[in-house]
Amino acid sequence: MNAASPEGTDPIATIALTDPGEGLTEAEILEVKVAVGDRVEINDPVVEVETAKSAVELPSHVAGTVVEIVVSVGEEVPVGAPLLRVDTSGAPAPASAAPAEEPAAPAEQPAAEPAPSAAETADEEPKNLVGYGAATAPQRRRRRRSAQGQDGQGQVPIDRILAKPPVRKLARDLGVALHDVLATGPEGTVTREDVLAAQQRAMSGEPAAPDHEYFPEESPQAPEGLGGAMKSTRHQPFAGVTSDERTTRVPIRSVRRRTAEAMVASAFTAPHVTVFNEIDMTRALEIVTHLRSSREWADVKVSPLAVIAKALLVAIRRNPEVNASWDEAAQEIVYKHYVNLGIAAATPRGLIVPNLKDAHLMTLRELAEGISELARTARAGRTTLRDTRDGTITVTNYGVFDIDSGTPILNPGESAILGVGAIKEKPWVVDGQVVPRQVATLSLSFDHRLIDGALGAELLRDVSAVLEDPALGLVWG
Amino acid sequence: MIQLLAPDGTRTPHPELDAVLEDAGLATPERLRGYYRDMVMIRAADLEATSLQRQGQLGLWASALGQEAAQIGAGHAAREQDYLVPTYREHGVAWARGIEPWRLLELFRGISHGGWDPNALRTHPYMIVLGSQAPHAVGYAMGLQRDGVVGTGDPGTDTSVLALFGDGASSEGEVAESFTFAASFQAPVVFYTQNNQWAISVPTQVQSRVPLAQRSRGWGIPSVRVDGNDVLAVLGAVRTALDAARAGEGPVFIEALTYRMAAHTTSDDASRYRPAAEEEEWAAKDPILRLRLHLEALGEIDEGFVTRCDEEAHDLAMQLHHHIHGMEDPDPVHMFDHAYAEPHPIVEADRADYLDYIAQFEDDEQTGERA
Repeated sequence: MNAASPEGTDPIATIALTDPGEGLTEAEILEVKVAVGDRVEINDPVVEVETAKSAVELPSHVAGTVVEIVVSVGEEVPVGAPLLRVDTSGAPAPASAAPAEEPAAPAEQPAAEPAPSAAETADEEPKNLVGYGAATAPQRRRRRRSAQGQDGQGQVPIDRILAKPPVRKLARDLGVALHDVLATGPEGTVTREDVLAAQQRAMSGEPAAPDHEYFPEESPQAPEGLGGAMKSTRHQPFAGVTSDERTTRVPIRSVRRRTAEAMVASAFTAPHVTVFNEIDMTRALEIVTHLRSSREWADVKVSPLAVIAKALLVAIRRNPEVNASWDEAAQEIVYKHYVNLGIAAATPRGLIVPNLKDAHLMTLRELAEGISELARTARAGRTTLRDTRDGTITVTNYGVFDIDSGTPILNPGESAILGVGAIKEKPWVVDGQVVPRQVATLSLSFDHRLIDGALGAELLRDVSAVLEDPALGLVWG
Repeated sequence: MIQLLAPDGTRTPHPELDAVLEDAGLATPERLRGYYRDMVMIRAADLEATSLQRQGQLGLWASALGQEAAQIGAGHAAREQDYLVPTYREHGVAWARGIEPWRLLELFRGISHGGWDPNALRTHPYMIVLGSQAPHAVGYAMGLQRDGVVGTGDPGTDTSVLALFGDGASSEGEVAESFTFAASFQAPVVFYTQNNQWAISVPTQVQSRVPLAQRSRGWGIPSVRVDGNDVLAVLGAVRTALDAARAGEGPVFIEALTYRMAAHTTSDDASRYRPAAEEEEWAAKDPILRLRLHLEALGEIDEGFVTRCDEEAHDLAMQLHHHIHGMEDPDPVHMFDHAYAEPHPIVEADRADYLDYIAQFEDDEQTGERA
């Protein structure tokens, strides 16, 4: 055991790394607070370490003179490893060796306080004043690791990213900023492989554009950057998620980064063209209302999106060339005989686009069920990679954000994407009369390499026609 | 919020509570000096426990730094026969009830199930599970009613229960259920929450749209808010409430506003979620300092007393240090001893299995060197 007593035992006491948290196995040396020859008292802080949980000061359990320092700053050491050795056989502490300020003493003694100084009260046996009244011992203030970060960017506090100390060290050694690393480990931790991959990416000169340029409407790195400062759930970017969970969850970032990378790749490689059309959705909405009130559909969540998806599928049937992809490697255009319909979903973790496999075979009811299932899975964060692969065309419903119109960016590997704006009651001319109708703006972006303007316009016109006059679905579908 | 002692030590009269304190002799200069010493001592023990945890001697420590007045005041407000039901962060209450700090440290070292005789000291074991002690407290209080020791008019007989919990636990279902039973049966229980502002990393204003004290009023349980860093306000309010409860007037809810100066536990790092400015703001409201300033204004404290308190506190810390560092690990088989009051076949089987298990290592121990 830790023999503090000098009599009869080895006078050299070893101060070893303890587990300062619960179940931690290693820590990184942040600061060695003593030097060989220094006098330490019981409970004087000697080493500051950083664990996976926090930065903590380790106090000496013995009094004596430091004779050896075993570790150096930056080193990773396992729990139980010796940190330094103290010779406990020496004379008692000289009177000047006042105790260190206790790390978390609540009341710094105000200057106005008539404090009894240790010198005044000390007789031949100097006493340490523990906690309260140690005004004569102004020693190092505990170094707080502020949330403002220490890296050059100062944007993402490094200690909010989940990574084990050895991985942090590796990143530091390689000059990789942890907030640039795409985390793939369990629960969003950054793994050794992730750091190496990030370094590879950096070396290959791949564009690493900051995410926020592509998501101007979202706070850049909101989860990590703001979460800590936000206290009430109302100010959390995503309601219902507690701040520390959200802010420390790296998967948010990694999803966002993948999104950004995909978007950049898409915007840079596929020449986008977008066409718009404002349409009267009143009759399509009547179908939605009717289905919602019908008993057979009581257990199905019918949304306008399902009807719009059906209209798109009908229109694709009339214009199958849009359902294709550009194979750069093979220098081929691949026309798909199936439709895997992507549904862009805003989730707490970012934008993801799972798709409904073989949507061209689905009834409206199957579409409605499939879309709500996709959305539920996405919001729960359980969307699998398979769900997001091999999409052929996508619908994005930015109308849920109450936005009239936008230019959607193609999902990589696809050639067209239909954007749906908010449906609003607006004045509309019907048979020469201005009447209130439910109006929405549709937008269609397409890859001009495969789809020329006429084809793109035709697709959007057909979608519009079916939505304005759903009976056409009978004729064309 | 009821406050008798301002942070600068200014004493504000409070007719009702002053009368209670005076009648009970709880605010004499000797008593005030005693509370001061208690708070200094328990703070030193608390800091020492944190050091011991960092030295690998305790598995965990939940510091009550900054909450000394809320705890020493509540502990001393209870009469001897009252039954106290604490959380796991009640070191000052334990001190006031005569529980030595080393018993608490043994608990956090993981070698003791409880550490004291709850019946003898009229203080329930520490409860780790948040809010779980509140129904126990109400049940105990309802038992007191059935024992006929409530509302007899004899102050030496009439008994009440002090149920302690934190602001975080006040959001637990058990506390709500406890309010229901306590109100329905008008049980002699005082619910006492130390609102230390943080439920680990969740601030109180996220947990409750209204001041916590208002929460009980929907049950018809009257409530009061006191300055938890003011030992006199706490003493007066808790004593008043306990006396009302023992007289058969039903439950009361007290919210004591205080601040957890340290992290939630030694496994937590509060600097990650709360601003340093807030800590500084509360440091200026320190409970020990304001009592000392008050005593100085009364001319009832001198430097010698302050020094003696500090020295005693230092010695207490060193005693704890050597006691805990010198402890032998107990025979792990003892963990089965008090699982139930009476012998139990499943526990006996577990004990036998465990003996077989550790027998495998005995060879190693005899040949190998102990680290």
